[in-house]
Amino acid sequence: MRIDGGLVRRMARLAALDLAEEEAGRLAEELRRVLDHFEVIRSVPDDLLPPLSDAPAAPLRDDVPSAEAGERPFAVANAPEMARGHFVAPRVVSRNG
Amino acid sequence: MTGIADRLLDGPAHRLAVAVSTREVRARDVTGAALGRAARSRERHGAFLHVAGEDAIEAAAEVDRRIAAGETFPLAGVPIAVKDNVHVAGMPTTAGSRVLGAIVPPCDATCVAQLRAAGCVVVGKTSCDELGMGSSNETSAFGPVRNPWNPDRVPGGSSGGSAAAVAARAVPLAVGTDTGGSIRLPAAFCGLVGLRPTYGRVSRSGLVAYASSFDQAGPIARDVRDAALALAAMAGADPSDATSLPGPPPDLLSRLDAGVAGLRVGLLDHAGEGVDPDTEAALASTAGLLASRGASVVPLRLPRLSLGIAAYYLISAAEASSNLARFDGVRFGARVAGDGPGALVRATRATGFGDEVKRRILLGTFALSAGHREAWYERAQRVRARIALDLADAFRACDLLLSPTAPGPAFPIGEKSGDPLSLYLTDVFTVPASLAGLPALSVPAGLSREQLPVGVQLAGPAGSESLLLGVARELEAAAGPRPDPPGVIR
Repeated sequence: MRIDGGLVRRMARLAALDLAEEEAGRLAEELRRVLDHFEVIRSVPDDLLPPLSDAPAAPLRDDVPSAEAGERPFAVANAPEMARGHFVAPRVVSRNG
Repeated sequence: MTGIADRLLDGPAHRLAVAVSTREVRARDVTGAALGRAARSRERHGAFLHVAGEDAIEAAAEVDRRIAAGETFPLAGVPIAVKDNVHVAGMPTTAGSRVLGAIVPPCDATCVAQLRAAGCVVVGKTSCDELGMGSSNETSAFGPVRNPWNPDRVPGGSSGGSAAAVAARAVPLAVGTDTGGSIRLPAAFCGLVGLRPTYGRVSRSGLVAYASSFDQAGPIARDVRDAALALAAMAGADPSDATSLPGPPPDLLSRLDAGVAGLRVGLLDHAGEGVDPDTEAALASTAGLLASRGASVVPLRLPRLSLGIAAYYLISAAEASSNLARFDGVRFGARVAGDGPGALVRATRATGFGDEVKRRILLGTFALSAGHREAWYERAQRVRARIALDLADAFRACDLLLSPTAPGPAFPIGEKSGDPLSLYLTDVFTVPASLAGLPALSVPAGLSREQLPVGVQLAGPAGSESLLLGVARELEAAAGPRPDPPGVIR
């Protein structure tokens, strides 16, 4: 499996992680070693493996809104920045744009 | 009074609970003594990230008042420590990471609330590998934890602080979480009993999610009866966790003294897994002991044992990469400023997550990404299903499976931290039960020649916790009193 800095940087973009150049190179080397070992799962003959549909699936709860009175202060209690009951994030659209 | 409290803290939780229930000692005095020990264990072993204050004394005094009013509690006044990826109301949660920015949860995790209802008093939060990702407690953003048996050794991970706190006698009981072995491994390395319950036995509500299809909370205790009492308190269906098992949990104390006569014990074939000679010897003597007590020990081979690590790490990393998307610096946790929302999220995550977490996020993102998903993630899921079938076959031939918990005893701090793969391989015996959602526990099986604890693992079919506890109790009784670690705090 070819794992290089380019692939790691692409994964980092997908995962919203900023990586320094040196960090990407080191992580690529570590992931290459790990994935080389994990190749073992490809050595099992396909007919010995159950279909993907047999893999365990989590039960799903009913999709019903459950916001109870009083939950809102809990939900926002640990926000890094709040204003007038809303989460504050950097501006997405500029004032002139 | 603190003389009695200290003596009780040196013993098991069930004895302490009787003393508090019969008002031989006040819960508040026991809690006061435990808080002092927790502070010392924080200094000496780095076991605690947060030690409670006056609130814990107040909570203990409330237990005293309710006992005086005639109420009874199975774990009356027992001070407990809780792994820092499990919420305790009013105490900061870091999960060993900087990315949470020490959020303070407004309510308890369900399992913590249930332990409090059973009479426990939370005296602090314990260190762990960052977000539960590690086998040695070295990936915590707040420094390593030292093993009370030898301060140069790891305590195991990821629930290393919980195990170190119990081993050092700071508290008799602690809450851990186990994804791929994070309760069993530290229990083995610290000479304790650690139980991973059947998936769904304990609610995951209030846990910081790592890999949701594996994560389970469970007890780390000094003896088997304490582990049973703690799990009995923690277990049960919970409407806020859709994966919690419906109906009441089984009676976990019913088989505690039932012995092992007539049981079929499968001794796992572990050739080629690099098990060290002291662990081999402990395993052989455990098998011999069970046979001498009337169990039949049969050799058992899991044909795809060596595939477990790959399947576990690929799937858990995939789940982690999805679960950890919530740490974006906007809704909660730490925030690092960036030029625009995208830059803020990327900068927050780059600064907030440590190396091991980044590795797993990238591994999981890779396994799920277009062009690689079928070959890695989906294949790992099929291997997972195969291993579950292999274990189901095994449990037709035997009632439980005996194996080492880890290939060897606690290793030196720093020995494996630069080599992620060698650290992952430590989990070879613990991941199969995790993959199949089965209960498994680690029970002490003596000391190595270097005077380090060795643990053996008992795994059983879904719902077999009481059987495993009964077998572990028999082993514990046969072994007799265990020595204290040199790092015990008094």
